[in-house]
Amino acid sequence: MHLLLFFIFGGFCVAGALNLLLQRHPINSALSLIVVMSSLAVLYLLLGAEFLAAAQVIVYSGAIMVLFTFVIMLLNAGREERTHGSWAAYLVGFPGAAAILALLVYIFLSNRGPLGNASLGNYLVTTSDLSRVLFRDLLLPFEVTSVLLLVAILGAVVLARKEH
Amino acid sequence: MTGSLNLWLIPLVPFAGFLVNGLIGRKLPKLLVTAIALICTLIPFLLVAKIWLEFSSVTTPYIEHLGTWIWTGAFHADFDLQLDQLTMVMLLVVTGVGFLIHIYSVGYMAHEEGYWRFFAYLNLFMFFMLTLVLSENFLLMFVGWEGVGLASYLLIGFYFLRDSAVRAGIKAFVVNRIGDFGFLIALFLLIAHFGTLDYHEVFSQIAQHPEWQGGILTAIALFLVLGATGKSAQIPLYVWLPDAMEGPTPVSALIHAATMVTAGVYMVSRTHIIFDRSPFALSTVAIIGAATCFFAATMGLVQTDIKRVLAYSTVSQLGYMFLACGVAAYSSAIFHLVTHAFFKALLFLAAGAVIHSLGGQQDMRVMGGLRKKMPVTFWTMTAAVFAICGFPPFAGFFSKDDILYHAFISPNGGKILWFVGWVTAGLTSFYMFRLWYLTFLGESRADSHELAEQGAPVHARSDSKLVIEAEHAHGVHDSPWVMLGPLVILAILATIGGFIGVPAAMGGHDEIGHFLEPVVGSGVRAPVGENSGLELALSASVVLIGLLGLLVVHILYKVKPDLSHKLATRFHGLYNLVVHKYWVDQIYGALIVTPLLLISRYLLKGLFDRGVIDGAGFAAGATAQGFGAIVQRVQSGNIRSYAGWLALGAAVLLIASYFGYTAHFSPQ
Amino acid sequence: MVPIVYYLILSAILFSIGVAAFLIKRNIISVFMSIELMLNAVNLTFIAFANHWHQVSGQIFVFFVMVVAAAEAAVGLAIIIAIFRTRSTLNVDQIDLMKL
Repeated sequence: MHLLLFFIFGGFCVAGALNLLLQRHPINSALSLIVVMSSLAVLYLLLGAEFLAAAQVIVYSGAIMVLFTFVIMLLNAGREERTHGSWAAYLVGFPGAAAILALLVYIFLSNRGPLGNASLGNYLVTTSDLSRVLFRDLLLPFEVTSVLLLVAILGAVVLARKEH
Repeated sequence: MTGSLNLWLIPLVPFAGFLVNGLIGRKLPKLLVTAIALICTLIPFLLVAKIWLEFSSVTTPYIEHLGTWIWTGAFHADFDLQLDQLTMVMLLVVTGVGFLIHIYSVGYMAHEEGYWRFFAYLNLFMFFMLTLVLSENFLLMFVGWEGVGLASYLLIGFYFLRDSAVRAGIKAFVVNRIGDFGFLIALFLLIAHFGTLDYHEVFSQIAQHPEWQGGILTAIALFLVLGATGKSAQIPLYVWLPDAMEGPTPVSALIHAATMVTAGVYMVSRTHIIFDRSPFALSTVAIIGAATCFFAATMGLVQTDIKRVLAYSTVSQLGYMFLACGVAAYSSAIFHLVTHAFFKALLFLAAGAVIHSLGGQQDMRVMGGLRKKMPVTFWTMTAAVFAICGFPPFAGFFSKDDILYHAFISPNGGKILWFVGWVTAGLTSFYMFRLWYLTFLGESRADSHELAEQGAPVHARSDSKLVIEAEHAHGVHDSPWVMLGPLVILAILATIGGFIGVPAAMGGHDEIGHFLEPVVGSGVRAPVGENSGLELALSASVVLIGLLGLLVVHILYKVKPDLSHKLATRFHGLYNLVVHKYWVDQIYGALIVTPLLLISRYLLKGLFDRGVIDGAGFAAGATAQGFGAIVQRVQSGNIRSYAGWLALGAAVLLIASYFGYTAHFSPQ
Repeated sequence: MVPIVYYLILSAILFSIGVAAFLIKRNIISVFMSIELMLNAVNLTFIAFANHWHQVSGQIFVFFVMVVAAAEAAVGLAIIIAIFRTRSTLNVDQIDLMKL
């Protein structure tokens, strides 16, 4: 059951990612990304991170991707043109990416023994566990991130303002 | 022993004079410049005179330690001055004759624009020359050695606007440098072998080892000889001295007659103990001396410039001194050095007086008849001519005689050396009396159109920026007394100066020989009484050949004046060879100078300097530029290419860290 | 019972696809989205390991990553809007003023 759920939603992730890659129009890519994020939320749940799963849906799919969609709409982004920009991206980048993938897979597979299995509910982190750590041990970083968000808001407002 | 002699004052007072005149002399009034220059030369002379008068109370060698100079682990040299009999003689000559020439120069250079500069350089020369003779080690002597070469260069090129003067100065300096190179090698050998450059220590080490003969001592001696041939204008490095006549006449008198060129003879005498151990080196010196003596005399026979004749005469007389050193008769060499200083300086100064009166004219072919117009000059110069030709009782007779006698009795080939010296005495007499006749006797040949057609420079070339012909438009006459005074004093010295060395064979006591004995040894001086007949016979033969020379000149220039012309045309091949100085300058030019110039210009400058060194610099720059141009292409501004490189870099890092990690740690 | 390794491999695949998308896409917004994809892949890795080691710090980290990603998305999109205003293009290849 667990395995089946994993494969279904994992498949959705990969399919969405590939679709993001292959689509020409950015709005299609954005929608594919939403699919990926939602599937990832389910996978988080499977791994026992209930708060984060919710946050994933609310923040990522619900806020960030909507923001992306708004911007695509505002800027009236159209289909991509085919321009020849750079040979380095293809000649150097793809081997690099492939090498990263191959290496990571190799590392993970060669260590599969010690890593063991995850079963449903073997480790469940409740929201109160999470908040206990956040508001007690990591209070300072938490407050700092609020400042960070403030700065980001200010920056976004300033940058996107119309010049007079 | 009395207190300190303050030897350090002797060279440093002229140096102070150089500093004052050199730095601010341009702005000082001429009188002040003169006063400073003369005082800074008079004071050393007075000091030397004072020491001379008290000389018997000085223990020799007297060493004055002025300060430490170099003190490294194995080697040290100090600023040490010393005084012994040899130095005393040299000091008297340098300061005495130097002072007289300074006085003369006040008159001679009175119209020159670089008046202050002249006296500054002259004082500088005095400083270095006095350092040379006073020093107690080879290193300080070398400082003086180089310094007089520098002063000589500055003074030869005094008329720096004249191209020939500048070139002559450079030639003198470069040729001297070759000699200095030999001197330096000798210094290095001395340090390597003895570990020190002090006279005292080197000489005592040699004295303690009578078994040291030849070998390294020969090598040292030969390199010292190379240095001496450069400074004292012997074969093969004499070529600079005739050209040095481009300098003002007082310079020729002081530096290139009386003092600087004798530095080589002084050096050989000072280091005689090394030469005594090396018969090979001594023979070399003797042969060089004799050959130069004869060779230069032949060239002096046909010169037309009055100063050139005297220049070759100087080279020839220096050859005599070297010959004396070569037969280990060092005191004879020094004796001739002293008498030569007197009569040669006098000859040059008198010639300068003639040139000055004629408004810069130096060619003897257009002189003549000056006897009546310049009587004092005439009589003083006559004394000098008689002295140099070795007529008794003038100074040159005793000194030249001394040398030839010791050459004759010297074991290896002495007779041949004597013969060469004897013939040269005849040649000397010929060219000196020729000069005497052409300049002073007969009728005046100035403004002679006939001679102008032959290419003689009838009208004077000005040897300074101001034309001084206008001044003497009212006729030729004797010079002012500031110039004549030194001439008279030197004439007196040339006449009676020989009496300090009258040999026993003629009833004298040879004072100078005995005086110098503690320093240069008794050499090969024959004991009194022995061979006195031989000595008298040899002296007589020298006088005879001198008279023969006078006779030939009388015939050629007085009785049958066109005979000389006919002889010149008849033997024109030989004549041309000698007039062109055996083409030695041209040979040197072709063999040495031109190849060096070509190598420097094309190989060293073109290939090496421009090609390799500049090329390396340029290549480094070009490489950096090229490399930069390539790397610059990465900065395209294109995000995607950046991303590509990033991905590659990340992959490399991952691989490196993982495989590096697993190499050091085993997986759990 | 899913081996942890499967999650990790899935995350690696997602990450590589993100890199590839970054290299291929010409629309700057699409490039930005691929960045978000990469971030998510990493989040998955963190949570997988948090599950394995039974430590909550992995999930804390994900929390902060999300916060920062949100802030970054906001500012980045504002920049894109600003660029669009001046250059009137969203093509990455034409926004190369910072070349030498």
